[in-house]
Amino acid sequence: MEYFLQQLINGLTLGSIYGLIAIGYTMVYGIIGMINFAHGDIFMIGAFISLIAFLILMSLGLTFIPLALLIVLIVAMIVTSAYGWTVERLAYRPLRESFRLAPLITAIGMSIFLQNYVQIAQGARVKPLQPVITGGYTIMEKNGFTVQISNIQILIMVLTVALMAIFSWVIAKTPLGRAQRACEQDRVMASLLGVNVDRTISLTFVIGAALAAVAGLMFLLYYGVIDFYIGFIAGIKAFTAAVLGGIGSLPGAMLGGLIIGLIETFWSAYFTIEYKDVAAFSMLAIVLIFLPSGLLGKPEVEKV
Amino acid sequence: MTDATRESAPAGGGKLAEAVKESAMAALLAFVLTSLMLGVRTVDAPGGLGLQYRWHLVIGAMVIVFVGRLLLKLFWWKEDGGAPAAVGAASGRFATLTEPLRKFAAPALVIFAFVLPFLPIADRQIIDIGILVLTYVLLGWGLNVVVGLAGLLDLGYVAFYAVGAYSYALLATHFGLSFWTVLPLAGILAAMWGMILGFPVLRLRGDYLAIVTLAFGEIIRVILLNWVEVTKGPDGISGIPRPSFFGLEFKRFGENTFHNFFGIEYSSMHRIIFLYYIILVLAMITNYVTMRLRRLPVGRAWEAMREDEIACRALGINTTNTKLTAFAIGAFFGGLGGSFFATRQGFISPESFTFIESAIILAIVVLGGMGSQFGVAVAAIAMIGGFELLRNMDWVKGFVESTFGIENFDPNEYRMLIFGLLMVVIMVWKPRGFVGTRMPTIFLGKERKAISGDLVKEGEG
Repeated sequence: MEYFLQQLINGLTLGSIYGLIAIGYTMVYGIIGMINFAHGDIFMIGAFISLIAFLILMSLGLTFIPLALLIVLIVAMIVTSAYGWTVERLAYRPLRESFRLAPLITAIGMSIFLQNYVQIAQGARVKPLQPVITGGYTIMEKNGFTVQISNIQILIMVLTVALMAIFSWVIAKTPLGRAQRACEQDRVMASLLGVNVDRTISLTFVIGAALAAVAGLMFLLYYGVIDFYIGFIAGIKAFTAAVLGGIGSLPGAMLGGLIIGLIETFWSAYFTIEYKDVAAFSMLAIVLIFLPSGLLGKPEVEKV
Repeated sequence: MTDATRESAPAGGGKLAEAVKESAMAALLAFVLTSLMLGVRTVDAPGGLGLQYRWHLVIGAMVIVFVGRLLLKLFWWKEDGGAPAAVGAASGRFATLTEPLRKFAAPALVIFAFVLPFLPIADRQIIDIGILVLTYVLLGWGLNVVVGLAGLLDLGYVAFYAVGAYSYALLATHFGLSFWTVLPLAGILAAMWGMILGFPVLRLRGDYLAIVTLAFGEIIRVILLNWVEVTKGPDGISGIPRPSFFGLEFKRFGENTFHNFFGIEYSSMHRIIFLYYIILVLAMITNYVTMRLRRLPVGRAWEAMREDEIACRALGINTTNTKLTAFAIGAFFGGLGGSFFATRQGFISPESFTFIESAIILAIVVLGGMGSQFGVAVAAIAMIGGFELLRNMDWVKGFVESTFGIENFDPNEYRMLIFGLLMVVIMVWKPRGFVGTRMPTIFLGKERKAISGDLVKEGEG
């Protein structure tokens, strides 16, 4: 029971990170109906920018950790958003009216490009970071097994919930959210009614990238090591989460992320750690076959 | 091509001023993008990570973006943001000019491939590159059945390649079966896996299909990596037997050797040339089978499904069977390629079957103009040959090191970077492929123009 509780906490933390990445997939898919294959690599860039910004601040002598992390968060969000915006601008916008697979193929090209760009710029070795946030609380102790929740886990979950709340509000209440939902339903009609479609789509990519940057920072702080390849696997898993929750649905992405995180953690804890990726990927196939519209998604109507 | 340029730009000096302003914005963006990523490098230092500042790279990137954007704006883009019409017309004229040449290009290429080992330029390195290129031609043609003809985006093609390779490696090392026995078996096993993997994903639309096949490819790799009792995990399988020529082996010593039988001097080249002809013949078979299949009802159904799946179903074509045959046949060729790979290398490990391999094969198909056999072959030659050239380019290394002052510049590191960039650029520039076009094989009456692939947007992936 104690072991289960501990794994539950770990799984929810991991799931929060997946959920933040999954929001980027789900929003982009909702608005232009394409899988942004490079989104996992945007997350990886977010993690690297966080690492570099943090090291610079440390070398400048800023030792007050909360302030340093706040600055790192803002810098990472801005720079990573710029990457998201540029990728959309260069690789996807010119192909918006092209055939369906074209943007997917450029997305794969972009993903390969970004991975190798980071590899060349920063080197192929894993980048370690000493624990920045330490300490935690013991929830319960029984039979010599302690269930702990660390401060970083609390931070990840609180931040995720806060961001979720903010973005749900943005989508539901603000003009930008209304424009996004309008573009989602009918792009041509939205543009006829005065919605700047290009700008709305760009902003969607920017928001997705900013959330991925947050996820990147959390990943860096939680695991303490990153390399240029983390985006690939995390990207597929986050996409699985988005599909599981129902693609296009924001709460769905979060729910899917949590479920994937829990599945992966429990699989590693109770079965074999080697096959945890297989478990997550099999989940994707099973969901798509039996529940193509996901848990919270609307069934898709095929238009002719 | 920003929103600002869409509005009619003022004439004359105003245009230049606007172009400069835009380029400055682009350079600013380049600064944001590169300042932390390129400008600061994390290096291993005692007690954690150290930093190394490289501002010259950031400034270089900004200058390149500024100048490039300015030149594009002034000389290339039209007012409305597209590429000049002249370019389109020129490439059209180029296509009509080369039309008669095209008829001879393919046979000429085949003849060249057959005589290559006897040409004076053919040394060991050239033949080795030839084998590599032909392997990718075979794989490209195999994937072309799935992606190019049937229009199903398969990102896990390398899984079938792996199945073929491991089938041969395991059957040969455990049961002592020869290459020629296992070759068709490996193909059939891969085809079976194609059906198994294809079955659950039949209901999925194009881009979902892509992700699921990608996941399947990864699953196969993870299993190969972790099922140590059978696959020996990350150590791989070594000592895979070489193929024999009607029972004659390519060894220096022994009874039944190739050079003894024909009474010629032993040369290690014999085996290389033999391997070259095996893969050439395999590729030719693939091509022939595909060309024949395109004329059969199933081939027509593939192409119809690629153009419009809903219409296809409305016409009573069984899309389930059509998709499954495409998967199975594509996988079959992948399996052949895999077992050839195993016998050529003599050693295989899961490392050879990563996603990047799938991406390279897909890029060959895409850049060759999905569906065009000739295009795929040319794309494979250009890309794989290009990679190999890059590997051996010492002058680039010297040039870059002396001009830009970068130490330890290794052009080989930039292989995948250039490759990813090419995939984006060519797709944006010529979405229908660089080399070929993808017209359906048959047309109703004379309406060739009206329904050519360039004019129709697909309803389905």
